[in-house]
Amino acid sequence: MPEMTVALALNDALHIALRDDPATVVLGEDVGKAGGVFRVTDGLQQRFGADRVVDTPVAESGIVGAAFGLAIAGLKPIAELQFMGFSYPGYDQVISHVGRIRNRSRSRFTAPMVIRMPYGGGIGAAEHHSESTEAMYAHTPGIKVVVPSRPYDAKGLLLAAIEDPDPVIVLEPIRAYRAIKEDVPAERFAVPIGEASVVREGSDLTMISYGAMMRDTLSAADYLEDDGVSVEVVDLRTLSPLDHETIVASAKSTGRVVVVVESPRTASLASEVAAIVGERALYSLLAPVERVTGHDIVVPLKRAERHHIPDAGRIVAAARRTLEA
Amino acid sequence: MEQRCILDPEGNLISEAPVGLDETERLFDAMLTARLYDRKCSAMQRQGRLATYAPYEGQEAAQIGSAAALRPGDWMAGTYRDAAAMWMHGYPFVNLLLFRMGDERGGCPPEDVFILPPSITVGGHMIHAVGLAWASLIKGDDRVAITYFGDGATSEGDFHEAMNFAAVYETPTIFVCQNNQYAISMSREGQTRSATIAGKADAYGMPGVLVDGNDVLAMLAVTTEAVDRARSGGGPTLIEAFTYRAGPHTTTDDPLRYRPAEEVDEWSHRDPIVRVRRYLQHNGRWDHDREQTVLDGVAAAIEAAVAEAEATDPYTAIEVFEAMYAEPTPVLKAQRDALLRDQGSA
Repeated sequence: MPEMTVALALNDALHIALRDDPATVVLGEDVGKAGGVFRVTDGLQQRFGADRVVDTPVAESGIVGAAFGLAIAGLKPIAELQFMGFSYPGYDQVISHVGRIRNRSRSRFTAPMVIRMPYGGGIGAAEHHSESTEAMYAHTPGIKVVVPSRPYDAKGLLLAAIEDPDPVIVLEPIRAYRAIKEDVPAERFAVPIGEASVVREGSDLTMISYGAMMRDTLSAADYLEDDGVSVEVVDLRTLSPLDHETIVASAKSTGRVVVVVESPRTASLASEVAAIVGERALYSLLAPVERVTGHDIVVPLKRAERHHIPDAGRIVAAARRTLEA
Repeated sequence: MEQRCILDPEGNLISEAPVGLDETERLFDAMLTARLYDRKCSAMQRQGRLATYAPYEGQEAAQIGSAAALRPGDWMAGTYRDAAAMWMHGYPFVNLLLFRMGDERGGCPPEDVFILPPSITVGGHMIHAVGLAWASLIKGDDRVAITYFGDGATSEGDFHEAMNFAAVYETPTIFVCQNNQYAISMSREGQTRSATIAGKADAYGMPGVLVDGNDVLAMLAVTTEAVDRARSGGGPTLIEAFTYRAGPHTTTDDPLRYRPAEEVDEWSHRDPIVRVRRYLQHNGRWDHDREQTVLDGVAAAIEAAVAEAEATDPYTAIEVFEAMYAEPTPVLKAQRDALLRDQGSA
């Protein structure tokens, strides 16, 4: 089994999709000759040609809207938006058209398409390059939202997104692109959309996270394990539709829940998870649900970014509060 | 830029007609149909049988003439004011009516109709016609895509993105701007300093054509040229149909607040149906009884569609969850079940 980073696993999935289905088209800014700013589309244009791996003008609404038309006409477009912070001109297309067409045509027209976008901070990037506004997408009806944290899921979720009959947003954690390597099957496989993963079983408390925050969450879990605390860790993997059953089952089994996200706190995925636990697992809880989140502030620039994005220390502190409650 | 015109308001041919009298008669009947349907909808709205309606009276030639240039199977992406074009290209009355009644089934035409449900947001749909047409290039078929929008939509950023993409990839897209002089209350002069909208095409590197939008023969001629060019690999065209919205923006609007009655009166002398009637009359192809027979047939067809639409039961609580995804997600199923459990409890 080849060892891959998240970026390589995504690249591998795109190679497979383009190889297996002539209807597949990759489009976006700098995805062709340059191979994408994070090199996720590296080598695709050389292999599959400029008609199927298309460098576009700098126009996010145009990219998403054109992909929407391609999808309705029977192709399988995979659009790349260069950064989540630049996705908002295209968000109008997502909320006004992409997520609505199946319902407003009662399935006469559908838009099975994929929109990939790097998201999240932690690399000291320029302003607008560290956004974590996934709640906006998860709040939008008619689309699905997946977010891999590791190479295996990156390949499997992207291929699942490509096979899905509905539009799927694939959020790619920027600081995980090259931070983790693991063995990933060379062949085609899919990680089902809508299924969270219990990546570590435990009995004292549950940590729930996704994307780039999984690494810090697992570090915090390691730290607590050394102190004799048994930590269960859930990787949500899909933000829409959320896997309520896995969340509720884990909360009921441990009685303590810490949710970790790097996005602003209010109306975040952490809020949603806490609400689900409150509705369906309250009487099993031994402590209030803790949310470890970014703040309701603009992501600070490089020199102060660490005050915003949670680290293992903040996660451990929150976990200790639930253990001492 | 000169305005293309074939049939003047008096019904005289001032250049060669693109079609003979039989086909002209078909276009005339189609415009009569479109006007009757439009007036029926406005009346039904006043009776509380339709939700807000956006009449297109005055723009029948722009829509019927351009849609007549298409083949079955060509794509169309229009707006809430383009029911005449949609009907001409095969969208059934019953779907148009359901849509206006506030029923999503209005957006579900038969399988052999390739017309997207009308766009309600302004301008975002033009790029869809670029994607639809681009697919033809990739798949190697010869379908073109036509998109309709108003003068107001040309101020949207999406107009720029759509025009630019279409030109860059030479997609077989036909952009039809019905410049009806007003975007709700904003006049065309307030919308852009460009002398014409058609002239904007230059900046994108595509042909732009200014045409008398109240001249159905000119609309058919220029759209046919654009469609032929698109189908043969010549890329997109922008057509500016210079026309006028005779009525309000929607049934909630009072146009006298923003445009003078004299202007409305002046345009009434350029009515798109009257000039074709005169032309047919000059050629011995019109009489009152024939027109009445056509109108009676259309009225009966519209009444049948109204009856069918009004006999359709509203969606149930279960059905509103059914077409969000290919399969309702577990989250939606839980919400549906909660609704069924609690609805009507008080």
